[in-house]
Amino acid sequence: MKLKVLVCIKQVPDTNNVKIDKETGTLIRKGIKSILNPEDKNALEEALRLKDEIGDVFITVLSMGPNQASVVVKEAIAMGADRGILLSDRNFAGSDTWATSAILSSAINKIKEEDGLDLIFCGRQAIDGDTAQVGPQIAQHLKLPVISYVEELKYSENKVLVKRAIEDGHYIVECPTPVLLTAVKQLNTPRYPNMKRIFETFGENPERPIETWTAEDISLAKENMGLNGSPTRVKKIFTPSRKFEGEFLQGNLKEVARQLIVRLKERQII
Amino acid sequence: MDLSLTEQEKMVQSVVREFAEKEVGPIAAEIDKTERFPTETLKKMQKLGLYGLPYPKEYGGAGGSDLSYYLAIEELSKKCATTSVILAAPASLCAWPIMKYGNEDQKEKYFRAIVEGKRVGGFALTEPGAGTDSAMQQTTATLEGDHYVINGSKCFITGAGQFEFFVVMAMTDKTQRTRGISAFIVEANTPGFSVGKIEDKLGIRASATGELIFEDMKVPKECLLGKEGEGFKIAMQTLDGGRIGIAAQALGIAEGAMEESVKYIQERVQFGKPIGSFQGIQWYIAEMETKINAARGLMYDVIYKKQKGIPFSKEASMAKLFSSEMAMWVTDKAIQLHGGYGFTKDYPVERMHRDAKITEIYEGTSEVQKMVIASHTIVPKNK
Repeated sequence: MKLKVLVCIKQVPDTNNVKIDKETGTLIRKGIKSILNPEDKNALEEALRLKDEIGDVFITVLSMGPNQASVVVKEAIAMGADRGILLSDRNFAGSDTWATSAILSSAINKIKEEDGLDLIFCGRQAIDGDTAQVGPQIAQHLKLPVISYVEELKYSENKVLVKRAIEDGHYIVECPTPVLLTAVKQLNTPRYPNMKRIFETFGENPERPIETWTAEDISLAKENMGLNGSPTRVKKIFTPSRKFEGEFLQGNLKEVARQLIVRLKERQII
Repeated sequence: MDLSLTEQEKMVQSVVREFAEKEVGPIAAEIDKTERFPTETLKKMQKLGLYGLPYPKEYGGAGGSDLSYYLAIEELSKKCATTSVILAAPASLCAWPIMKYGNEDQKEKYFRAIVEGKRVGGFALTEPGAGTDSAMQQTTATLEGDHYVINGSKCFITGAGQFEFFVVMAMTDKTQRTRGISAFIVEANTPGFSVGKIEDKLGIRASATGELIFEDMKVPKECLLGKEGEGFKIAMQTLDGGRIGIAAQALGIAEGAMEESVKYIQERVQFGKPIGSFQGIQWYIAEMETKINAARGLMYDVIYKKQKGIPFSKEASMAKLFSSEMAMWVTDKAIQLHGGYGFTKDYPVERMHRDAKITEIYEGTSEVQKMVIASHTIVPKNK
């Protein structure tokens, strides 16, 4: 039986080169290249790896964003995904992670109803927001189990065996499908988009077109999308300033320890 | 001339750039030093689909533009010129003449194999006594019943000992000079085929350049590419397209040296300032950048003509001539900007300078390019 896999992806600014506007505290996006979020690439690669391994796998990629985000959906198809959907609508603008996951979940439900779904992959987090919330929130909306920080994955008949990274070790988790997994970069090395598929996917009238869905295509009330559907309120964005310089204590170990005790006593810490 | 990149070409450029940075650049110094043919990179390039980039989909190609292919050569060359040779020799010099002159069986067997990234082939024209004067072929092919017997040797052949088959030029009729040359597709495992000396070279050291020796090598009649006597024409047309590849390669080498230089002059501090803040250094950079852009202009001009089906032989020679000499100049200045460090193998610019030299020599020396350009420019007046 065909394994149905969905991968959520996001277009992000290449924050390796990003600068912060000191006055507004926001990212300067001008002139910064947009890329497919690195850990979303790992998520997609894992789906493609399963396809290489099992063969009978159908991979849908789903993204939400403005029209120009279609580039990453096409890139995913050029890497080997079978179907690409971009959710793009003015009503989606300004969505926080909760509204975003609500919109994505609504689209995923539609895909699931049409064709069924066994596995949903997300990247651990996007390099622009760094929240790591959207993946687990989707699972919450869809009432699915979630396994985050996936470092290794084995799939066998209706279940996954996962090595899940934690700060000082690993969990080995077994879970029946359907399940949502979030990928970390240790999971795999993503492949490059294939030249032939680039020409089939990009350009005018491509052989492998992507689909664009609007708010009309999903069954989610407008008040749950965009700014209206976003409970998060950003009060202030600021660059933390360094309040004081550290102090280096010098001398032999005994001398330094003695000085440290004096300093700590001065500050009434001990 | 509008050569703004299409969405597809931009994507090809960005993917090959990333590939070059991650897969090619990191081993460039090692394969240069040890002269190791990078089989793993060849396989990765095949998987990526680079060998089929400008070729029709019906043979398994990507159906991409010529420009997309030359962009790929340029991007690879920024990090490692050797690697771009390993792409260009099969993809351009071997695949193109088979596509253009091969019969359906040859196209299915050899052209498709290269395009789909399953096999790699080379091109064998040069001989010890037939370099620039490539019509002086000493290799002979004699028809005996249902096969040809080939005798002779070829030198400076890219992929010797590595590639699996070659398009080989040989004399079938010595009395006809250039019109007596024919082209053959020869499997490297044919009895009588052997690999001679592998050259120890100044640059592009990992590309396996060497001698091919044919001793009473029997090849089936079906190995003839095109018709008897068409070999010289096939070779010259193949080189026309190949020359654009060399122009792209030289451009890439120069751009790579430029990137290294711009980085270095901003980091290197002398007299309390980064050396890039001195006008004397900035002038070098300005001149290098201008020459690079001029070479890019010539390259785009010839690609535009090729894509439009306009004759481009003269323009290909101009682009190759200018771009290769520019690359020598730019890489020389890149070493100068790096000072003593540039003279060491701790920085890539000395390798780039060594690699640049071959672009003035192969697929026609600078002098040959001038002959071609002059012959198209000095048109005899009608009597």
